[in-house]
Amino acid sequence: MSFYKPKFRHPQLPSNALGFTRAEYEGALSTLCAGCGHDSISAAVVQACWELDLEPHRIAKVSGIGCSSKSPTYFLNKSHGFNSVHGRMPSVATGAYVANHELTYIGVSGDGDSASIGMGQFAHVVRRNMNMLYMVENNGCYGLTKGQDSATADEGSRSKAGAINPFENIDLVGVALEIGATFVARSFSGDKEQLVPLIKAAIAHRGFALLDVISPCVTFNNHHGSTKSYDYTREHVQTGNIVDFVPSRSEITAHYGEGQNHSLNLHDGSVLNLSKTAPDHDPQDRRQAINALADSRDAGQILTGLIYIDTGEPDFHSMMKINDKPLNSLSQDQLCPGNEALQKINQKLR
Amino acid sequence: MPKPESSEKKSSVAPITAINDFVVKFANVNGSGSASANTLFAKAIFRMGVPVAPRNIFPSNIQGLPTWYEVRVSEQGYLAKRGGGVDLMVSVNPQSQLDDVAEVLPGGYFFYDNTRPLDIRLIRRDINYIGLPLTDITNREYDDARLRQLFKNVIYVGALAALLDMELAVFDKLIAEQFAHKEKLIKPNCDALRLGYKTMGEMYSCPLGMNVRRSDRVGDQIMMTGNSACGLGAVYGGASVAAWYPITPSTSVAEAYESYASQMRYDKEADRKDYVVIQAEDELAAMGMVIGAGWNGARAFTATSGPGVSLMTEFLGLAYFAEVPAVLIDVQRTGPSTGMPTRTQQGDILSCVYASHGDTRHVCLFPANPKQCFDLTAAAFDMAERLQTPIIILTDLDLGMNECMSEALHWDDERKYDRGKVLSSEQLDELDEFGRYLDVDGDHITWRTLPGTHPEKGAFFTRGTSRDEYALYTEKSPAYEKNMERLLAKWKAAPAWLPEPLIQSDGNSYGVMYYGTSADAVLEARDLAKSQGVALDCLQILAVPFHDSVTDFINAHDYVFVVEQNRDAQMRTVLLSELSCDPSKLVSVLHYNGIPISADVIAEQIINVLQHSVAVPASTS
Repeated sequence: MSFYKPKFRHPQLPSNALGFTRAEYEGALSTLCAGCGHDSISAAVVQACWELDLEPHRIAKVSGIGCSSKSPTYFLNKSHGFNSVHGRMPSVATGAYVANHELTYIGVSGDGDSASIGMGQFAHVVRRNMNMLYMVENNGCYGLTKGQDSATADEGSRSKAGAINPFENIDLVGVALEIGATFVARSFSGDKEQLVPLIKAAIAHRGFALLDVISPCVTFNNHHGSTKSYDYTREHVQTGNIVDFVPSRSEITAHYGEGQNHSLNLHDGSVLNLSKTAPDHDPQDRRQAINALADSRDAGQILTGLIYIDTGEPDFHSMMKINDKPLNSLSQDQLCPGNEALQKINQKLR
Repeated sequence: MPKPESSEKKSSVAPITAINDFVVKFANVNGSGSASANTLFAKAIFRMGVPVAPRNIFPSNIQGLPTWYEVRVSEQGYLAKRGGGVDLMVSVNPQSQLDDVAEVLPGGYFFYDNTRPLDIRLIRRDINYIGLPLTDITNREYDDARLRQLFKNVIYVGALAALLDMELAVFDKLIAEQFAHKEKLIKPNCDALRLGYKTMGEMYSCPLGMNVRRSDRVGDQIMMTGNSACGLGAVYGGASVAAWYPITPSTSVAEAYESYASQMRYDKEADRKDYVVIQAEDELAAMGMVIGAGWNGARAFTATSGPGVSLMTEFLGLAYFAEVPAVLIDVQRTGPSTGMPTRTQQGDILSCVYASHGDTRHVCLFPANPKQCFDLTAAAFDMAERLQTPIIILTDLDLGMNECMSEALHWDDERKYDRGKVLSSEQLDELDEFGRYLDVDGDHITWRTLPGTHPEKGAFFTRGTSRDEYALYTEKSPAYEKNMERLLAKWKAAPAWLPEPLIQSDGNSYGVMYYGTSADAVLEARDLAKSQGVALDCLQILAVPFHDSVTDFINAHDYVFVVEQNRDAQMRTVLLSELSCDPSKLVSVLHYNGIPISADVIAEQIINVLQHSVAVPASTS
């Protein structure tokens, strides 16, 4: 295992529109296990932010506790990060967002952090349509405490010690759909081709974007009998659609020949091209999305892709009617009503 | 109408006579609309220039259970709950009459609805019964059941105005102000008031020997709840983010903040706000939102009560350790657990000062009246950003939910917010090196940066795990210890940024220390003790950690009585933990039954101890 991240980069690394190479979006050396799915996701975040030409310092990273929540250290070194407490990242993200809605918020959580201890906050950040990318690095187990089952472990899945999980699993994608999420997607850490455009689309989405990423735990949950292993996931992935993200200022040049193609306009002017592989699933129809998820589950498959999107719902910022000038930039003159107003209040209290 | 016999029957004890010095208690049914009528009564006394202290004693219930409203009238300006019984009981609730009649002092008055004869068990020979057929009157005058109920309340206030010789013009003005936006309600209310006034005068010799006389003891003071003052203080202190979860008795803090902010920070035309109020899913989330906002440079606060503090403790530890500004207003109620949710106590001192696991200590502030609520809340945001730590303001139900007389509020327009050590983009440009936890100034407070400030410099990872001076994760013991020592040094230096205690000292041998709502009772107890030959110096604690003047005060006295409204002498524990003083010098005076502390309890305990001072107990806890 490496313990040193070389600073040397190829001198001809390509630059994005801001003149940054991908290196400008990288983070510290990962301390996760070699082969951990989370590191692939970190690499996909780096790629997506680079491709989106985001200024790294205008991104804020937030996380809870666990292996997944450590990973924001391993991407976007030039962004501020906040590794908060277990299961409570959504509230910290919400507070940070209302203080300055102009930054891009990337939240990283895990299956324990979101589906167990953080289930309450997860549900409420969804129903608030809080503007953020909320990534669940889902491996079905508690890695940092050595492999206990989590709430997303499938019923019947076998732990490394051989125990069969007797409990029904919680599918965060299904929960999010049920309580009104406006962007719901699932991917697999081993499928960068799908993951990167989904991250880009999630960031461009105005509102809450859930991205559940199956991210196998190589150390505790990658054995035969586990339903969150690399092999099992690869064998059971069902790709609902293939997503191509076209940023706002690019012309749409890509054309998808076969199958049913569908273009979606996002609020920032960018376009999502969806190449549907499941003909009965229109990702703008919540009922169809719920059905597609259930059908896939009944068939023993893991539905991935953009499962549902609604670009018409108001986001948290507009629901709360917050001024466009970020609250954290208001001056004392704008915040403090002054003594004259106070004396009028006194008068009413006499 | 003939006068019912019981109305004029005089007590065996001489009827109480008093001018501007008595207690009236209303016994009502919860949810019957009595609160606004009772408030009208108290406000009228205030408008007549007489100091008044009204208190709601209410159940954890919305409709149907007994509720009381106690009004202390005091020419001398004593605003604490008066000990002992009640001079005039206004009995409008048959459910509680047996208890209510027992509370009346000998020679006192029991006002009741004599539409039906009084139960024989309620008859005492030593008090005076004042009957008014409220039900008959309202049945006669109003057709609608709800109107009968509402106007019954106004009618008994009118009757009290006659009994206590109060000025009807004062009531008229108050009613006109109250219904300024519903003008058609003014006349029916004034009419009902006069109906009560007139009928009472016909049925009983008015006024009583106990009555209200116009005075000039109010000056330019105001009447306001502590919660409103905290909410307004948060607006003036520059808070732009409020996140909260409903809990009695703190709910009206967030509501007051929202109400004032909507008047002063809302662009009606654009329908856009320079503030946000988020009703969170629980107290944990409320605190998380405050910390997220504070981390991102907005001034943010939450308000809760003891159960909420318990839930917030993990986050408080994070904010302490990661050094994120936050303001928490804890309106204390009777604990432990759900306790008595609508009764008062000062039971959260230890759970706030030492909230969270590991070695943590939090700055706490203790306002005693609305003016201090306003001032300390506004100042708390400066302290939080200066010290980069949570600031906890502890009030209680008694102050938070009751209209309290208070000095008028003032804001110095020259005052500038202290936004603490935050590096701007330009400052970062000039820096060779940035370390989030690097103590470059030697004052234990390190510079922070806000997300999004600078493209190349100043980004760091905020975490609850141990880290080095550059905010990098570390498990190295020296780095951990160095950081913990710095946090302790910051705590010890914090009093420089906190309000000094309020001291009244004449070089006496004995002192009294107190905080929060015990203040009024202590100052009255001092007068009581003085009349019995015991002179006391006083110190009101406004902040933890303590200034040196607290130690000096203890050292300067033979004994210091520490007055607290909890069972376990929690502030005494903090004093002993934080200061090196002789424990035998700190003598506890405790009261914790859920009802606000009164002066007689304090004076009695102090005099009792001093009379037996051969062996002063170290603590009654």
